[in-house]
Amino acid sequence: MSEPAWRTDFPLHSGEERAVTRRQFARFLVLTSLGMFVGNLWILVRTRLRRAAALPRLRIAAATEVGVGDVRSFSYPGPGDPCLLIRTGPDTFVAYSQKCTHLSCAVVPRVAEGRLDCPCHQGAFALEDGRVLQGPPPRPLPRVRLAREGDDLVAVGMDGA
Amino acid sequence: MTPHRPDAMDGALALLAVLLVVQMWLLTATLEATLAGHPEVAGPAAALSGVLLAACVALALLAGRLRGR
Repeated sequence: MSEPAWRTDFPLHSGEERAVTRRQFARFLVLTSLGMFVGNLWILVRTRLRRAAALPRLRIAAATEVGVGDVRSFSYPGPGDPCLLIRTGPDTFVAYSQKCTHLSCAVVPRVAEGRLDCPCHQGAFALEDGRVLQGPPPRPLPRVRLAREGDDLVAVGMDGA
Repeated sequence: MTPHRPDAMDGALALLAVLLVVQMWLLTATLEATLAGHPEVAGPAAALSGVLLAACVALALLAGRLRGR
């Protein structure tokens, strides 16, 4: 005599109630795979949308206001994106995002030592090109592209963000 | 109670799990690469993830068919 359907849906023993059949497990794995595919699609959509939106231009400061070794903070491209402008030489300016690429802690410039240090997990980036010198950061610091318009230093884009 | 002997469905489930691990790696690697300024990998990665999903679905269907026999 075959088991009635209610016996399968409402088993008498609690162990049977918690049991997962292999078919249910396979279904769960397929749903997880679908979720990860959707995640990859989302990344694709975000990269396409970001490419379509051009970054704004922003006047940061006059070059004569920033002395050699000085640091200026500014926000670019939006108010929640802190950046640092550093004059490393008479004619050289660099600007980077201040968010560490590890866990977004604010990096601290050490101009005399030619590096930007992250105090959270002892990461460090080179001042000349933003590459990782030490620690857990996986990527270089995003670099702000600068343009000189007369005496003004203008942010015109961002690399590696 | 008779001990469970591994059968073809167990093999299919094991292969499904392996594909899932690969897909998980692909998702994290794609995110890492796009954040590092290489958005060109997003398209091929999404296509490969779709292929892996299709393989997972095919395996699950095959496993169901094996179980039914």
